[in-house]
Amino acid sequence: MTLEIGITSIIAGLIGGLFLALIRLYGSGPVPFVAKIYIDVFRSIPLLVLLIVVYYALPFVGIRFSPFVSAVVALTLVSSAYTAEIFRAGIEAIPHGQFEASQALGLSGRHMMIDVILPQAIKIVIPPLTNNCINVLKDTALASVVAMPDLLKQATQAQALSANPTPLIGAALIYVALLWPLVSIVARLEKRFGGEKRS
Amino acid sequence: MSPLIQITNLKKAYGIFTVLHGINLDIAEGEVVCVIGPSGSGKSTLIRCINRLEAFSSDSSIVVDGVTVGPGKALAKVRAEVGMVFQSFNLFPHLTVLKNVMLAPMRVRGTKPADAERKARELLARVGISEQAEKYPGKLSGGQQQRVAIARALAMEPKVMLFDEPTSSLDPEMVGEVLDVMKKLAGTGVTMVVVTHEMGFARQVADRVIFMDGGRIIEQGTPSEIFDNPKEERTRGFLRAVLNH
Ligand SMILES: Nc1ncnc2c1ncn2[C@@H]1O[C@H](COP(=O)(O)OP(=O)(O)OP(=O)(O)O)[C@@H](O)[C@H]1O
Ligand SMILES: [Mg+2]
Repeated sequence: MTLEIGITSIIAGLIGGLFLALIRLYGSGPVPFVAKIYIDVFRSIPLLVLLIVVYYALPFVGIRFSPFVSAVVALTLVSSAYTAEIFRAGIEAIPHGQFEASQALGLSGRHMMIDVILPQAIKIVIPPLTNNCINVLKDTALASVVAMPDLLKQATQAQALSANPTPLIGAALIYVALLWPLVSIVARLEKRFGGEKRS
Repeated sequence: MSPLIQITNLKKAYGIFTVLHGINLDIAEGEVVCVIGPSGSGKSTLIRCINRLEAFSSDSSIVVDGVTVGPGKALAKVRAEVGMVFQSFNLFPHLTVLKNVMLAPMRVRGTKPADAERKARELLARVGISEQAEKYPGKLSGGQQQRVAIARALAMEPKVMLFDEPTSSLDPEMVGEVLDVMKKLAGTGVTMVVVTHEMGFARQVADRVIFMDGGRIIEQGTPSEIFDNPKEERTRGFLRAVLNH
């Protein structure tokens, strides 16, 4: 369950974050400002508060999500805010000449982004994005407070039953086992994309 | 026949600082125009207005091949017809040389990959870098990169080529190879507007030389009129300074 919540939130957060970054940078009228407000709010609100709001407060206004959806919604709202800032920084790090060359060639804004800017920005944002992904996975533990049958929660219950800390330690070990390969895969990706400087 | 590029009352300001004071300039099809002048005189700004990399005052007008250069939809059409070569190359570092040249025709003109590749290889041969097609731009020398940039612009088969000091960031031994490519290009009938400090190139290749200072065209004429017989004191002063270097 933890892993499903984490992965769903990460993917939704990546898509939402990229979208937010693009409208913040290139939206017209009040759109960039609204995006900025969203990003600032969801980066500052504690996840626990958001989880409680989504799971316990929204039902009062008639919105009721399953525990799984509640956790994913809360994590995605926050993750996309962080991801948006990461993508924005990545796009802004691309030299201005790349934009000008694309425009001079007649590329549309969409093609400029897809073919020229984002492929270069991705390499820059891989390290911070990975950090963010790991944070999201860690945060899935918090989702247990919204009644998910989460690993740690099951462990706590098991512990209460037997008054024995072994299940809790076991859960912690499983967490590490889940995160460890990810961290090392990420480190390898960073090396691969960061090391091969082509400019 | 109406001129290919028609610039009327071109004004451009950054805040209260006016960079171009109402430039009027017509350029005929096939003409090779070199723009010279001291640093900060507005040469780059002038040619960057032609494809609207710089926005300009709304009471100014630029028409390229019958299409008004404005902020709207027609801009894409203008940019497809106007190629540009930058001082700093601005090649796409994540794409191979070949892909750099193929990209715009495929995306803007809808050219099929096989046709785009054939055309790209042809152009790379023309600028003398066929062997580097599969390399990434970062592995090439400055002179080679700038020749790729020229091929990339030519792949769109533009009517006009704009050059903004294409040799200024090159090591001296590589200037010649880029100028040679440009000379060959000038012989093919494409319209060229070249901002340059290479007076030898301007004298040899230009149909017309334009001297700018302080955001105005001070004097223009054939290379021999400007270089051998400048009428304006400012032109003389500038030429004296650059030719004595
Ligand atoms: N983004 C900008 N903001 C403010 N002023 C600018 C900007 N870009 C250019 N200028 C000013 O406009 C003037 C003309 O600049 P431009 O780059 O067109 O000159 P140039 O003739 O190409 O000079 P150079 O030979 O140094 O390239 C300069 O005084 C420059 O400082
Ligand atoms: Mg300049």
